[in-house]
Amino acid sequence: MSVPPAEPAVKQQVKPRVERDHVVIRFAGDSGDGMQVAGMQFTNESAIAGNDLSTLPDFPAEIRAPAGTLAGVSGFQVNFASHEIFTPGDDLDVLVAMNPAALKMNVGDLKPNGILIVDREQFNEQNLRKAGYESNPLEDGSLAKYQVYPVDISKLTALTLRDTNLPARTVNRCKNFFALGLVSWLFQRPIEPTQKWIASRFQKRPELVEANQRVLQAGYHFGETSELFASAFEVKPARLEPGTYRNITGNSALALGFVVAARKAGRPLFLGSYPITPASDILHELAALKEFDVYTFQAEDEIAGIGAALGAAFGGAIAVTTTSGPGMCLKAETINLAVSVELPLVICDIQRGGPSTGLPTKTEQADLLMALYGRNSESPVVVLAPATPADCFSIALEAVQIAVKYMTPVIILSDGYLANGAEPWRLPNLEELPDIRVEFRTDPRGYYPYLRDPMTLSRPWVIPGTPGLEHRIGGLEKEHLTGNVSYAPVNHEQMVRVRARKIAGIAREIPPTKIIGPSTGDLVVLGWGSTYGPIEAAVRKAQAEGKSVSHVHVRHLNPLPSDLGEVLRRFRKVLVPEMNLGQLVRVIRSEYLIDAVGLNKIQGLPFKEAEISRRIEQMLEG
Amino acid sequence: MNVLGPAQKLTRKDFVTDQDVRWCPGCGDYAILAQVQKVMPELGIPRENIVFISGIGCSSRFPYYMNTYGFHSIHGRAPAIASGLKITRPELSVWVITGDGDGLSIGGNHLIHALRRNVDVKILLFNNRIYGLTKGQYSPTSEQGKVTKSTPYGSADYPFNPIAIALGAQATFVARSIDVEAKHLQDTLLRAYRHKGTAFVEILQNCNIFNDGAFSSLTEKETKADTQLVLEHGKPLIFGKNRDKGIRLRDGKLQVVELGQDATESDLVVHDETDAGLAFLLSQLAAPDFPTPIGVFRAVTRPTYEEIVRGQIQTAKSRRPPDLDALLRQGDLWTVS
Ligand SMILES: Cc1ncc(C[n+]2csc(CCOP(=O)(O)OP(=O)(O)O)c2C)c(N)n1
Ligand code: SF4
Ligand SMILES: [Mg+2]
Repeated sequence: MSVPPAEPAVKQQVKPRVERDHVVIRFAGDSGDGMQVAGMQFTNESAIAGNDLSTLPDFPAEIRAPAGTLAGVSGFQVNFASHEIFTPGDDLDVLVAMNPAALKMNVGDLKPNGILIVDREQFNEQNLRKAGYESNPLEDGSLAKYQVYPVDISKLTALTLRDTNLPARTVNRCKNFFALGLVSWLFQRPIEPTQKWIASRFQKRPELVEANQRVLQAGYHFGETSELFASAFEVKPARLEPGTYRNITGNSALALGFVVAARKAGRPLFLGSYPITPASDILHELAALKEFDVYTFQAEDEIAGIGAALGAAFGGAIAVTTTSGPGMCLKAETINLAVSVELPLVICDIQRGGPSTGLPTKTEQADLLMALYGRNSESPVVVLAPATPADCFSIALEAVQIAVKYMTPVIILSDGYLANGAEPWRLPNLEELPDIRVEFRTDPRGYYPYLRDPMTLSRPWVIPGTPGLEHRIGGLEKEHLTGNVSYAPVNHEQMVRVRARKIAGIAREIPPTKIIGPSTGDLVVLGWGSTYGPIEAAVRKAQAEGKSVSHVHVRHLNPLPSDLGEVLRRFRKVLVPEMNLGQLVRVIRSEYLIDAVGLNKIQGLPFKEAEISRRIEQMLEG
Repeated sequence: MNVLGPAQKLTRKDFVTDQDVRWCPGCGDYAILAQVQKVMPELGIPRENIVFISGIGCSSRFPYYMNTYGFHSIHGRAPAIASGLKITRPELSVWVITGDGDGLSIGGNHLIHALRRNVDVKILLFNNRIYGLTKGQYSPTSEQGKVTKSTPYGSADYPFNPIAIALGAQATFVARSIDVEAKHLQDTLLRAYRHKGTAFVEILQNCNIFNDGAFSSLTEKETKADTQLVLEHGKPLIFGKNRDKGIRLRDGKLQVVELGQDATESDLVVHDETDAGLAFLLSQLAAPDFPTPIGVFRAVTRPTYEEIVRGQIQTAKSRRPPDLDALLRQGDLWTVS
């Protein structure tokens, strides 16, 4: 059951509608062409139309690579459907290419007979040369296997705005909205949400509000009235779980999750961070939420970011630090200090391609072993990974919950794909979310800084300002109860073991492993993090074909769910797809002596469903 | 801040912990500890509202010996940790203990940024011009040519001037004192406490094991009157056993003059803690041509980082009362029934 989508802006239905159950579209253009905006707005329109959806923004690391070049191409892919979907889609049904470079970089992903919309005038000699085309693909027959729609996007934009005195440059910048209007018509999306967005985005420049809104509308009308398109398409709303929905990216979901967690704990939220792609948006978002007692501290480096967060945790705040791989390297020593002083702290690593600076804007999940083991000595830390953009909200809450209950640092491994990708998010009922219990010890009787709760093995959280409980903590080894500095050999082993046991014991909080599909069989595909989507899509397809395949997804990477080994052993084979050279698979093999095999892709891009399907078939044959 | 009434006045003993102090006998750190413990009762605030945060080094063991809240952290990072604590808990009195290696080598970046932000923490840098804990390598304040285990041919690099660094970082309170100058050190610590904003105090400290006598000419009874220049706001710069020498400003440079011979008192520079230019000139004075200034080089007030941030939070709240539900419902919503 679902409500009908919002009414389309233009009502005269002249052309026929062709129904599709899902469509994958990519907007591609120069980084200056506003393709990210067009993609985001199209996503929003599709969400409001009631579709399930998944997005994949893909942009260059350079802010403005030279215009018209291959290096400067930026793209935004949206998969929207009338059924549940898990990935941004493998191949494109529709490609919008704003210039020859965008065409060249993307046309290989377009399905045969796919719709290709190009801005005709941009296929001039200069742009063709920059993109390395010897002849014009619009004329030389090389695009014969596609349905090509050359549209004078730039010219029609200029015509729409000819009665304004806007400079040509400004006019040209509106053309993304023409393309968006046209595609919105093609798929019968409501454009009101975008009209509203334009109004608020350009609030201070009414002339730009009017110009962009007019161009958007012009694009929409052009679809309906021009002879170019014989019909429009319709993708009916998906049957999502009842509730109120909004679109959310992984980074936003983390930010909101932390705010909610801190409110639920009744404590201020402190974020110590140093800007780095793709994590900075969390800092930006939280910096604007001061009314929720949110402190954001843009530190001088990542070490100070986590250091300040740890100081805030000492003082009783819900403390978070956010970064990506290079910053994680810098934070290692302070994470270890948090392990030693046993204070609650959440560390978000929004993974990107590496090593070193690597691929700043591209996704990867190769920091798992660093998160698990990348610190000196025995350094047990909780590691969690969200599966989807919306799941980032729950992970943030869970991380805070674990951190304060067990007095431990918790690492969240998100990635560039989850960070910027969006999906519909069913708003949680705030009342139903559990409160996060924060108890500061104030009773001096029988108090020792390292007196542990017999169940959780957690030490008491005593914050400065508490009379009679003055104490000192530090990174030197401590006597097990008093917390006084101790170099005693047996005490050290005892402390190493108790720190390990404390974290291992958190497994009792993890619900039984969910097996999607039959609970025994030929093959189980095991995943973690953002590979959830493509694995789920590929496994469902295989199941529909009658194959004996199940899917297990782990959100808790340390400790692992206590039943995981037993669950995996129920299958003849275990496949672990990862966007790295095989990190979880290594853990599984060593932890359970199971002959799991990896499927590895390290291209800065998420898996395609087909890539996993192929491997599933191979494994089942062999 | 929670203030104690006279009846509750604490004593030095209240700030002593049960831990054995493990510095080498004769180390200047003992004297500093004693003065800090003496000054604490003067602050008039309860023990539980005081926090000492340190990095790593001999000096950084300090928090273990203070019966307050304490955090012995990692090498160089104490200013960052202290900042996070003070920003979220401004009612606490937060002190950073650091060394010349901790604060100026590995933690130099954090130090200058803490100073420029003007978070209201008190930073005491114990400068013994050597790495004590790691057994005697040269430090960023060691004089050029210093022969140590790691520099058998003499160090090739030139030292930092901690006072000049603090001034360059726009610190609002910059002072220097000496481990064995008990009264002067106490007064300086009290001034640092009373200053609102980051206070930076360089404390010259003798490491009698690895750099003994580094400041002996400043501390020996016979010489110190001629080698120390005690800065006092509003007073002319006079020094010498017979108080017969002074500092004059001529052609943009400071000069030593003999009173009664080259100049009279009215020719001398009158110390002004609000004059940034003068503070910098004074920071450059050093042996052998000049006496070494001790006291407050600079003290000015400007809003602290945490005041500004708290102000922003208040403004945000008055503009938009916090509403979690509305926060989650931002943007376009749709309902599935
Ligand atoms: C990351 C790291 N690097 C190196 C060390 C070793 N280390 C400990 S203290 C120290 C130098 C301390 O010198 P200083 O700050 O001057 O303190 P002092 O011992 O002289 O008081 C060094 C290099 C360390 N503990 N941590
Ligand atoms: S080595 Fe030097 S600084 Fe360290 S305790 Fe001994 S005397 Fe003091
Ligand atoms: Mg030193």
